[in-house]
Amino acid sequence: MQFNEPAGTNLFDSATIVGKDHTRIDGPLKVTGAAPYAYERHDVVEGQLYGYPVGATIGHGTITAMDTEAAKAAPGVRAVVTTLDIDPLELGMNNVARLFGGSEVMHYHQAIAVVVADSFEQARAAANLITVSYEEGEAVDYSLDAAFERMEGTGEPDTQYGDMEAAFSDGAVTIDQMYHTPGESHQMMEPFASIVDWSDGGDLTGWISNQMINWTHGSLATTLGINKERVRIESPYVGGGFGGKLWLRADTVLAALGSRAAGAPVKLALPRPMMMNNATHRSATVQRIRLAANPDGSLRGISHENVSYCLPGGRGENATAQTPLFYASEAMHVKNHLAEMPLPETADMRAPGEAAGLMALEIAMDEMAEALEMDPVAFRLANDTQVTPSNPDMPFSERHFAECLEQGAEAFGWDSSRPAPGSRREGDWLIGQGVAGAFRGALALPSGARAAIENGKLVIETDMTDIGTGSYTILAQTAAETMSLTMDDVEMRLGNSAYPVSSGSGGQFGAVSSSTGVYAACMALREKIAQQLGLEEATFADGQVGSGNERQSFLELDVEAVDSIQWGDFMGEFQKATFGAHFVEVGVNVYTGETRVRRMLAVCDAGRIINPVTARSQVIGGMVMGVGAALSEDMALDTGRGMFANHDLASYEVAVHADIPEQEVIFLDTLDDVASPLKAKGVGELGLCGVAAAVANAVYNATGIRLREYPLTLDLMLDQLPEV
Amino acid sequence: MPPPIEFQVRRRTLLAGSAAAAVSAGFTGKAGAQSGATPAGSETTTVSLTVNGEAREVTVDNRTTLLDALREHLQLTGTKKGCDHGQCGACTCSVNGNRVNSCLSLAVMHDGDEIETIEGIGTPEAMDPMQTAFVENDGFQCGYCTPGQIQSARSVIEEIRAGIPSHVTGDLTAEIAITDEEIRERMSGNICRCGAYSNILAAITQVAEESA
Amino acid sequence: MKAFSYEKPTDAAAAAARAAEVEGAKFVAGGTNLLDLMKLQIEAPVHLIDVNGLGLDEITETDEGGLRIGTLVTNTTLMADDRIRRDYAVLTRAIAAGASGQLRNKATTGGNLLQRTRCPYFYDTAMPCNKRAPGSGCGALSEGAFSRQLGVIGTSESCIATHPSDMAVAMRALDAVVETVTPSGNTRQIPLEEFHLLPGDTPEQENALMDGELITHVVLPAPVGGVQSYHKVRDRASYAFALVSVALIRQPDGTGRVALGGVAPKPWRSAEADAELPNGARAVIAKLLEGANPTEENAFKITLAERTLAAMLKEA
Repeated sequence: MQFNEPAGTNLFDSATIVGKDHTRIDGPLKVTGAAPYAYERHDVVEGQLYGYPVGATIGHGTITAMDTEAAKAAPGVRAVVTTLDIDPLELGMNNVARLFGGSEVMHYHQAIAVVVADSFEQARAAANLITVSYEEGEAVDYSLDAAFERMEGTGEPDTQYGDMEAAFSDGAVTIDQMYHTPGESHQMMEPFASIVDWSDGGDLTGWISNQMINWTHGSLATTLGINKERVRIESPYVGGGFGGKLWLRADTVLAALGSRAAGAPVKLALPRPMMMNNATHRSATVQRIRLAANPDGSLRGISHENVSYCLPGGRGENATAQTPLFYASEAMHVKNHLAEMPLPETADMRAPGEAAGLMALEIAMDEMAEALEMDPVAFRLANDTQVTPSNPDMPFSERHFAECLEQGAEAFGWDSSRPAPGSRREGDWLIGQGVAGAFRGALALPSGARAAIENGKLVIETDMTDIGTGSYTILAQTAAETMSLTMDDVEMRLGNSAYPVSSGSGGQFGAVSSSTGVYAACMALREKIAQQLGLEEATFADGQVGSGNERQSFLELDVEAVDSIQWGDFMGEFQKATFGAHFVEVGVNVYTGETRVRRMLAVCDAGRIINPVTARSQVIGGMVMGVGAALSEDMALDTGRGMFANHDLASYEVAVHADIPEQEVIFLDTLDDVASPLKAKGVGELGLCGVAAAVANAVYNATGIRLREYPLTLDLMLDQLPEV
Repeated sequence: MPPPIEFQVRRRTLLAGSAAAAVSAGFTGKAGAQSGATPAGSETTTVSLTVNGEAREVTVDNRTTLLDALREHLQLTGTKKGCDHGQCGACTCSVNGNRVNSCLSLAVMHDGDEIETIEGIGTPEAMDPMQTAFVENDGFQCGYCTPGQIQSARSVIEEIRAGIPSHVTGDLTAEIAITDEEIRERMSGNICRCGAYSNILAAITQVAEESA
Repeated sequence: MKAFSYEKPTDAAAAAARAAEVEGAKFVAGGTNLLDLMKLQIEAPVHLIDVNGLGLDEITETDEGGLRIGTLVTNTTLMADDRIRRDYAVLTRAIAAGASGQLRNKATTGGNLLQRTRCPYFYDTAMPCNKRAPGSGCGALSEGAFSRQLGVIGTSESCIATHPSDMAVAMRALDAVVETVTPSGNTRQIPLEEFHLLPGDTPEQENALMDGELITHVVLPAPVGGVQSYHKVRDRASYAFALVSVALIRQPDGTGRVALGGVAPKPWRSAEADAELPNGARAVIAKLLEGANPTEENAFKITLAERTLAAMLKEA
């Protein structure tokens, strides 16, 4: 199916299933422990052995020797494979740190050996017997501030228009500040885990935990140097990803190499304390934002430069991603810099770019509103735009940012004449409110599916994954709607490289892409059914097909169709994005500086919401991650060693139940017919974008202390809090 | 406000910054090396457990945690391994009626104990009220922390009704009400990175009200 | 985790004797810290003596009007005990502020006192650590190391780790006494003040127990009354170790006791600082943290301790 023009009126406009609340169809399996995750597939292959990884213990350098004798002689050990045993493996898609092979250590806890044994306990004990000698690399300056100073103003700007000098000259109200965001770790609850059967070194089957079946399928073949046709992977249940499981990771590679060496299937999970430094993470950023505005609040200039770190060839964290698209401005200068550092790989984490960028930009907007003595909601409204700021000929397909702010202010009880910073107190708590805008692009990728009638059921097969996003449910809704069936008539099969290639789950593109892919397959199936029954002008309604008054059920047929959605060029004439507004109230303890969020509201403009239940969960989940990002998450870099020191879940503090107050989510009922036939866009990352800044702005409103460095911990505030 | 005392900041030592530092496997030290001492008896043990009402006998390496005994030996994989270090709560199950982190307990220490796992609470076809409430309130997303959340959720209601205080309990000598604040505090040992906390709270509240 | 043998004795003195006799033996009770450390091979016993069969799981009243707490009494049982709630509220408050419901159901009274530090350099066996591997250096004191959570007083050039327990801080304020049985079958009493050792040059020696010596009870003296509170400050709202915690017992006349957690290798209290209580938080903390030697990253704990105590004094 080609999507070559705006959707126009279609069956989703009179939908009875799509757009309606539906509890998760995989829910009963998940709440009873019956949904099998990667490491739990006891049934798929006999004779599974246990693998345990060994990680490098220097920041970077070279391995000079590894002694595996004791490990090989340890009880139960079937195989030991070290990185010195094999040539450096090819890099898979978007991997920049080598997953295994060769003597070079590119980052701390890079996998350097796998031990395979009869039991988990034996494998772990033997792994501890391996000794390694290194030659450490040259000392490195890990200061991102220093990198920013070096790089600021260099290189071709990514976006540059208007007269920046004039914008910041006479009469302009200006702000100019530096902002810091820390490294963040995905820390999904299910660790990276795989069972791989590559016993004979021939065909390989992997039961893994991965967001992107097709990418990883290819990467696994490339990395291991085998034909993709010989590789099959499954990932029907994924215990969270947040971007961390977009790529092939070491668990799968080690399980594969261990399996080949031991001649038996091997299961392996990365130990939690190894995850942070072994896998990818969101880079820290240093950002400078300068804003200039007219006294009426209209922006004259925006300058945003960002630096993040990455390994050579990496992408870091482009915190400027939203800036060219979010606010109108007469002039703009945007530049993203990458500083190469031998640290664990930086790559996509939920809302890559915008998450870190809005943490800074939306504080800057709050600061500018204050400088202008304007209400921050009104200030944002004054700078809304319906076109690309740098290119007025390119409109947004749909943009309802203003409504998000207005409805949010109304629902939250936002007081535009709210108390001055530091003036509202309840007992020991200083109370403040903050607002921030949210922006996240609306990507769509080609996505396919197979739709078939089998044994009286509509079966949908696609390699799409459900990482908690609700894919099972929304795709079943889409299929049922398109075929005029009920949810009970649909059987979903996901996450298998044997199925048609989908978009996969990531970048907030999963729901819109894969639902359209399923729609395409179902429309193709409708044609096949009509053909098989010899119907012209067939209509589908109430579970029956027919033309005119002749109706019949079609669930007895044996018929199938495969199709995919291809996105047309016309979409390039529009900016497609999602928008939101976050409102937060916090209390800051006047004595200790502890910040606790008291209530939160998100208003989201993200096209048609396919399932309000699962979409709301995505948004509140983003808000929770935003609270963690605001208040406690911080990968603590040991700058002498080039490693993240707090590499477990006790010391890297994500939000817990007690951190999360009442949350409200409002979805605007906006339809975007440029975005997809369902007129839907993604929403899973929007919920995170801007949350931390709303918290920071609320902390400022509560205390009068302006923090520009995350997390907003009490030690940053103590010396500025009122005397006690 | 200056600090109440003057103090000297502790001096830091410079790391040997240049190349050629040879590092071995690490510093496991005395405890790690344990100077060649060897086990004083058998390294495996046969343990009798009652799991979900059923008598089970399992011979385990003494190192096997209760969690791995359930997941790998009895193939009851509903109890999850999130961190294996007591830092996430995904492995929560019930031992003799109390919720514990099964990752931080050795199977060999549970001889004769009654274990209840998520599989014993309900099945997809016949869910327990808490499981139903989690589905109805969308109290999960990826589902990986969910069995542990449900185990804790059931225990939290019981613990409040049994009068066990928490960090947020006001009067330690008065009856404890089932409030949002009490539930949130008591559920805080179960991390949900998908961030379903407020839906989990709704599910627990629903069950607490139904069973009041 | 190294392979180990296992036994579960039923007599405390016999257990202690076994522990002294078997090389590489260690006691296990709740296991919530020991198992964690064994998985990382920070602890590597080759023989485990499970003390859960010793029956030391009761709280009884002493002739002096105090309470004698069996070492195996779980944190949950202890904090929920009516007598503790009524007469030693600071202890209930401290325990409730620690860990999680699941962990408190398993963790024991004796084990809680024996918790080891959460210093990230202790926890990563690739890092130098004088506590884990004597003579290897202190990973947290090198240039660029992460020390925000670590100690500001009582520390040394060898080690700046803190003791992570909340319970022990309240116990210290209550002048608890640790009762043990030695391998030779003798019992001894160790005031909690003397139980934990400062690191000096030997941070690996964390407490006053001799080889094989087993904690059997912790004794609380008769109730001291007063308003008792415990305030734990941390980044997230629950399930986190303290940045600073304060145990306070304040009498109607303004005198009382203060102990700090999160700042030192042991629960931190001094008679001189207690004596300053009528003079307010600043005076107490100035005395209590006199000679503090923080890092740049954790110097805030000094101010935080003062402000936390100030908040509590206002309430008490």
